[in-house]
Amino acid sequence: MRLYSKYVGVLFKSQMQYRTSFWLLALGQFLVPFSVFAGLYFLFARFGQIKGWEFHEVALCFSIIHMSYAISECFARGFDSFSVLVGNGDFDRVLVRPRSTVLQVLGSKFEFSRVGKLAQSMIVLGWATSQLSTEWTILKVLVLVLMIVSGVFVFTGIFMLAATMCFWTVQGLEIANIFTDGGREMAQYPLNIYQKWVTRFFTFVIPFGCVNYLPLLYLLDKSTGNPLPYILAPLAGILFIAPCLLVWHTGVRHYRSTGS
Amino acid sequence: MIKVEGLAKAYHVAKRSSGVKEAMKALFKREYKVVEALKDISFTIEPGEIVGYIGPNGAGKSTTIKVMSGILVPDSGSCTVMGYTPWEDRVNYVKHIGVVFGQRSQLWWDVPVIDSFDLLRDIYKVPEQEYQSTLALLTETLELQEIIQMPVRQLSLGQRMRCEIAASLLHSPSVLFLDEPTIGLDAVSKIAVRRFIRTINEQKRVTVILTTHDMNDIEALANRIILIGKGKLLYDGSLSAIRDQFGTKKTMTVVYSHHANPFQVEGVHIESWSPERAVLSVDTSEVVISDVLIRLSQQVELLDVAIETLPIEDMIVQLYKEHQL
Repeated sequence: MRLYSKYVGVLFKSQMQYRTSFWLLALGQFLVPFSVFAGLYFLFARFGQIKGWEFHEVALCFSIIHMSYAISECFARGFDSFSVLVGNGDFDRVLVRPRSTVLQVLGSKFEFSRVGKLAQSMIVLGWATSQLSTEWTILKVLVLVLMIVSGVFVFTGIFMLAATMCFWTVQGLEIANIFTDGGREMAQYPLNIYQKWVTRFFTFVIPFGCVNYLPLLYLLDKSTGNPLPYILAPLAGILFIAPCLLVWHTGVRHYRSTGS
Repeated sequence: MIKVEGLAKAYHVAKRSSGVKEAMKALFKREYKVVEALKDISFTIEPGEIVGYIGPNGAGKSTTIKVMSGILVPDSGSCTVMGYTPWEDRVNYVKHIGVVFGQRSQLWWDVPVIDSFDLLRDIYKVPEQEYQSTLALLTETLELQEIIQMPVRQLSLGQRMRCEIAASLLHSPSVLFLDEPTIGLDAVSKIAVRRFIRTINEQKRVTVILTTHDMNDIEALANRIILIGKGKLLYDGSLSAIRDQFGTKKTMTVVYSHHANPFQVEGVHIESWSPERAVLSVDTSEVVISDVLIRLSQQVELLDVAIETLPIEDMIVQLYKEHQL
């Protein structure tokens, strides 16, 4: 962890060499999700509500997933742009250093300009929570934090899976974007508005549902019965990283035996 | 120190054929061709040696370095470096080695060199005191004082390479793998890099394995060379043995007063000829130099004669030829 912060420190210094580009990128990252959010606003302005979900409730859902996405893009950018690392052979360098490959790849890149996106989703989150009528308990705040953390793990896991593919293909695969961008777009709405199979896929295969939909029901007092499964649902998102790590290590082993 | 036995490694390379039609076909069904990068390579390296690992492009040099540094797992054969099998227990093993890929940087591009060094200290968990003394030594011997505060992207290639080598020695490795450390350097930088490799080998007893295409590197550094070609070990021995083998071949440059016609001298091969100057190659095991001079002076009026042993570069070319590389 200490080493990781050192990595980030060096990368931050590098980034500061290009200040103008940083501010422009951050500004762009700040503005783009607003257009998405505006879309959300107009949708609700026209229809009032979707399947019993109010605008500010969906906004909460939206802000959580976007915040998770922004954070994981910051931290796990090394996996997201991993094809570069494999393509130019710098992954060999990772292998001759006495630290875990995951840590080194995470430390290879850090996308600071995503703070723009992060700031935007924070604003939405703040606004949405101020509009909600629910009582905020400490447990609910904890669950909220856990939801964001859980989302970060899920996105990082997907980035990792996509990166692993590079060991076989060398080039990055756009297909992974279906799950990162696509997953984000899906999960910014409560999952129950979709078809049954979509809901199932994003609950049991890629657990976006556990990140925000299920615990959201608890936060908004919409859940019925025992609230515990809803509270603990975000943990499933964190567990999602385990199989991803396993796949990653298989990929590394493949790389070392084929050298491609 | 290093023991390599029966190392073999084959790559599966997708066949590429020309034409759009073939390319379309390849989209669905790929044909693979097996390229044997290494075939039964064995050698032993003692502590403190400097070994030049040479061979033409594609001979398998990089593959061997990758196996020895734990990046690649071979198909068969064994390799032990300081009691470790490189590809098992990677994390513990690589603490003891340093690797320089001449064509790729290990430094962080946009930050001052010293920041990269500090980060490497943390990666290798070098104790602060040890780090400071190693850094001081490296800074002095490599003359880095001036450039250590500069961002890497502003360094010249020669300066960068000095920093690269310093970076790979911060954790005081026992074995140093150098993959083409002098590639693209100017003459002054090359000499500086060579002198430094010598110094650390002598002072810190670091075992050095070096691949290069510049035979002057080998001549200046390596007591021993290992030659591979097409994945096979072709020669393993001292440089002087090669010199003895080819040392009887001399190049003789003669200058004489104007002589209109080409001449023939027994036992001599004429490489080039002009009315004033000729370059001859002579094998002293076949003909005595004084005889050649007598025969020459019978035909032309000699003004100057220079006799040289074959440059090491040409000896290696001869060696490649002998093995049909």
